Amino acid sequence: MTTGDDIAAMERLAIRSDQDVVRVRQLVRTLAVSVKLSLVDQTKLVTAASELARNTLVYGGGGTVDAGRVDNGRRSGIRIVFTDQGPGIADLDLALTDGYTTGGGLGLGLSGARRLVDEFDIDTVVGQGTTISVIKWCR
Amino acid sequence: MALSTDEAGRFAGLLESNGEALTSAWTDAVAGLLRGRLSHAELHRQIAELQKGFQSALSGGAADLEAEAAGELRALLSEVSSTRARQGFSATETAVSIFALKEAVLTVLDQDSATDAATLRDYVSFSSFIDRAGLFTFDSYVRAREELISDQAEQLLELSTPVVKLWEGVVAVPLVGTLDSARAQVVMERLLQTLVDTGSPYAIIDITGVPAVDTQVAQHILKTVVAARLMGADCIISGIRPQIAQTIVALGIEFGDIATKASLADALRHVLRQTDATAGRRGAGRRES
Amino acid sequence: MERVPVLKIGDILLVSIQIDMEDQVALQLQEDLADRIVGTGCHGVIIDISALDIVDSFVGRTLATIASISRVLDAETVVVGMRPAVAITLVELGLSLPGIRTALTVELGMALLARDRQFTLPDDDEDDADEAVVTAS
Repeated sequence: MTTGDDIAAMERLAIRSDQDVVRVRQLVRTLAVSVKLSLVDQTKLVTAASELARNTLVYGGGGTVDAGRVDNGRRSGIRIVFTDQGPGIADLDLALTDGYTTGGGLGLGLSGARRLVDEFDIDTVVGQGTTISVIKWCR
Repeated sequence: MALSTDEAGRFAGLLESNGEALTSAWTDAVAGLLRGRLSHAELHRQIAELQKGFQSALSGGAADLEAEAAGELRALLSEVSSTRARQGFSATETAVSIFALKEAVLTVLDQDSATDAATLRDYVSFSSFIDRAGLFTFDSYVRAREELISDQAEQLLELSTPVVKLWEGVVAVPLVGTLDSARAQVVMERLLQTLVDTGSPYAIIDITGVPAVDTQVAQHILKTVVAARLMGADCIISGIRPQIAQTIVALGIEFGDIATKASLADALRHVLRQTDATAGRRGAGRRES
Repeated sequence: MERVPVLKIGDILLVSIQIDMEDQVALQLQEDLADRIVGTGCHGVIIDISALDIVDSFVGRTLATIASISRVLDAETVVVGMRPAVAITLVELGLSLPGIRTALTVELGMALLARDRQFTLPDDDEDDADEAVVTAS
């Protein structure tokens, strides 16, 4: 995260089930509309959130999501942080490669989500968990 | 340097007691500067309003322009600035209109017989207040111009990216001018939306008027073609110039199985032949059975 | 759990997805459709996604699987009504949904399926006729 960003109150949701993934999508959609992201950017952000929330559920064994508005003085945007206490990711480069999957999916979750947002930070420790933080800025 | 309450009060009193004389002096000074580009009556009305603004701010005890009591004055000043910006006056002409108040104040003070050191001190603090008002106008003017420029840029973008219906079920985007990434994105989004709005399964992207493409723009066009396909529409690219063809190959961009035609006419013929073929085959099926 | 209804119109099964689907609902739809194709003997499936404001990789994969399953069951699937923003996002995501046929509207989708059947039906007749000739000679 860039220091100096002004972070408003974040909303927190638990990710424990399929329904929670839907709830994450709805929360992110509402936030994206509130900062007036363009329709295409809203769609990209909600899609990225859906991918990452599902990852947290499937690979991280569940976790939490925090989402809220950010301002860096010039632009505003939405920041979403996904946290789990799962097994972590051993080979990050591999996990970020298109088509690589351990869960039987298409392997587009991480790499695809990264392309849909403006900032993508991942912090992972094997055996302790993974934190992924993304930001989408208004144009 | 902020005005003390006394100074503000004295300044307000000065503005009030010399009301009409000051307005006239100020208006005359500004009229000379603007060389008759605004009618005297209009200028007089504007100046009178400004003067009232100054007066009520100062009698409200405004020590400087940021004070709460000066809110109305600030609004007035920015309104004058943005009007002037839109009317095509220069920044100097706009700011000087405010600075001219100093001259008017001096004229009024001159007429007062009891000119002494105290009056001089007052004058200096009055004029520093007016200076700040002038600078504020300058800032507002620049902001108004910037808004004007960004509005125009947006209008230009709208103007330069038409999506036209060419035939029943066929739309075309004739692209003219340099495509940057932002414009390419706008055009492509609009094209896809038009496909939905008109229910057209064919789109022709004509790039005859595009002098050059870079990797990013080529990628945008390619992505649009793929997106259109996902929506159930076919894109044909026409009017690729020789230099652009060379760039595309040199950059190693794969156009894959995307149909490309030399001219818009060829592209339209290609589409019509395709729609004809499907209609024709349907007819043929019936004929043979 | 909510369920997506499957409507039968003539030779076509029509599915209009109107809700933000949980993954389980998408999988249920996949099963329901396979059952209905076999049960009704329909040869065409139209999935209308014009109400969906996002399609992520899970839904995309489910659509692709539905198309493959129906093909095995001799039914052609057409996905219709994808929104521009959704299409742009899918391309960025890297999901090009190969093997899925698409159309702009339900109407165009039905025309596409009808055209396919017309190509094959007369051909079948022709084959029959040829055979008839062969046996006669």
